[in-house]
Amino acid sequence: MNADASLSQGLTKDDPGLRARIEDFLYLEADLLDEWRIEEWFALFAEGATYEVPPIGDTDEADPSTSLFYIADDYVRLRERVVRLTKKEAHSEFPRSRQRHMISNVRITAMTSGIVEVGCNFITYRAKRGVVDTYYGKHLYRIDCIANPWKIKSKRSVLGMDMLYPGKLTIII
Amino acid sequence: MDTALINPEMPLTYPDMVVEDRQRHLFRVSRRAFTEEAVLEGERRGIFDRCWLYVGHSSEIADNCDFITRAVGGRELIFNRDRGGAVHAFLNTCPHRGAMVVREKKGNALSFRCFYHGWSFNVNGRFASRFEEGNYGKEHYGGGCADLAQVPRLENYRDFWFVNFDRNAVSLSDYLAGAKEYIDLVADQAEAGMEIVGGGQQYIINANWKLLAENSVDAFHGFPVHSTYFDYLQNIGSLRTDSGVDMSPRGMTNLGNGHAVIEYASPWGRPIARWVPSWGEEKRELVERIRHGLVQRFGQERGLRIAESSRNMVIFPNLVINDIMAITVRTFFPDAANRMTVSAWALGARDEDHELRKLRLFNFLEFLGPGGFATPDDQEALENCQRGYRNLREVGWNDISKGMPRVGQPKNDDEEQMRCFWRQWRQRMAGVA
Repeated sequence: MNADASLSQGLTKDDPGLRARIEDFLYLEADLLDEWRIEEWFALFAEGATYEVPPIGDTDEADPSTSLFYIADDYVRLRERVVRLTKKEAHSEFPRSRQRHMISNVRITAMTSGIVEVGCNFITYRAKRGVVDTYYGKHLYRIDCIANPWKIKSKRSVLGMDMLYPGKLTIII
Repeated sequence: MDTALINPEMPLTYPDMVVEDRQRHLFRVSRRAFTEEAVLEGERRGIFDRCWLYVGHSSEIADNCDFITRAVGGRELIFNRDRGGAVHAFLNTCPHRGAMVVREKKGNALSFRCFYHGWSFNVNGRFASRFEEGNYGKEHYGGGCADLAQVPRLENYRDFWFVNFDRNAVSLSDYLAGAKEYIDLVADQAEAGMEIVGGGQQYIINANWKLLAENSVDAFHGFPVHSTYFDYLQNIGSLRTDSGVDMSPRGMTNLGNGHAVIEYASPWGRPIARWVPSWGEEKRELVERIRHGLVQRFGQERGLRIAESSRNMVIFPNLVINDIMAITVRTFFPDAANRMTVSAWALGARDEDHELRKLRLFNFLEFLGPGGFATPDDQEALENCQRGYRNLREVGWNDISKGMPRVGQPKNDDEEQMRCFWRQWRQRMAGVA
């Protein structure tokens, strides 16, 4: 797990060392999802964090109180999503799909009081019963780098496709 | 009949694919009805070319000159409001050489212009290009041969708009039959009317379209498939079955013409208007006020029925209006025998309080849609059925007999609602056999 010391005071958002550490953190997250270590994945989130997948074609700033998202979880529902996915009765993920999360184009877009805003591109593959689903787009994160270990305050996955071809969003993309 | 059940080689006409034996309480549907492209071709002619098909809600084209484009019944349509506010549905193809005239999903425009050769049209469909003399005769300008083609029939009931490609179809009102009463129970939820909320969801399911029609009104699958959803409600304090009003299920009602509805006491919260503890005390008063307003407008019985009960309805062939923990309007069309495209929307009160609107969308997502805690498991079930039909040479028939020996009104977890659908399907398909 990310046991690094918290962000040192002098670091700025343009520091290449910071991006390397952010990338390591995102690769760790991707790895936990690939391996279905989903409870450990949830532990990366700060209390009160949100996890969202806005509607295709909406703006990055879409608001779940006025737009129909695919996923708009507060912390409690995210916890419940994880609990559900650990059950055999979450039929869409039983037997479990196989996944691979790819991350690239990582950029730090802002940094305020130790909260780093990060954008990156993603491709996530999900395979089940001979069908491969591909999800792609960008993740927008707010990561608390003062906390030790670091914690995700929000994750928003903006889909880049023009339609949800795989039909379901049962995994964390 | 029994021969048909055991002999997979026997050729079946479309009506033969639905077998009802009331004496022996058996209702069977051939799995070939879900797998054969020839059946789908028959459905295109016998069902999608002849039934009233949902195209959209008034609120989606609220202002004059608003338009949306939508695939309906295998066609590409423009559904719009002209400069005077009249609603139209045009076939989205240039009368010149065929290109789709409007390519955006939605917008507001004073005219439509085909990008291929520049033919343009007023939003009432009239040819509006002005070419120099010698290019086109007067038939093009006044005779209508260059106008956008309208769908043969377009009618609405309480802001729900439907098209029909059969010029001689019965009126929408007659077609909807008993379903109108249940559309009223949705449309009456707000005095200001209802509206589609915040876009829609579109997704693919790799299963025959009729599996979703069955699933959408099937209470029998509720607990086996959705136990994790009910666990979730329990965990967060949203499961509430202790209401003071009559919570007994009203069962299932045959609405005529293949339409059916199940109605039952809600275990979950409803923004209109059933409070649950997980929403917090501050929302309780808000919800109570709406509930009280409904009772004032419609009396104790109907008011509380709107507020308390949940309803899942299928309007034959492919419109679902489920008034449950939120309201979803859902339609679906086959792309192939084993694949459908689903479009789903949330419906809410036009003047809804911001907090309740937020709650409505939050509620919608907890159960419904590709990322919900329930819909994906339905999809899994449907896709599993489709895959299971690969065995149809050995196991060729679905059993839809539950509740047949029951005397009196069917229960909502019987399968009479699917039998209503299939009887209508059989009748419609007899016309093309």
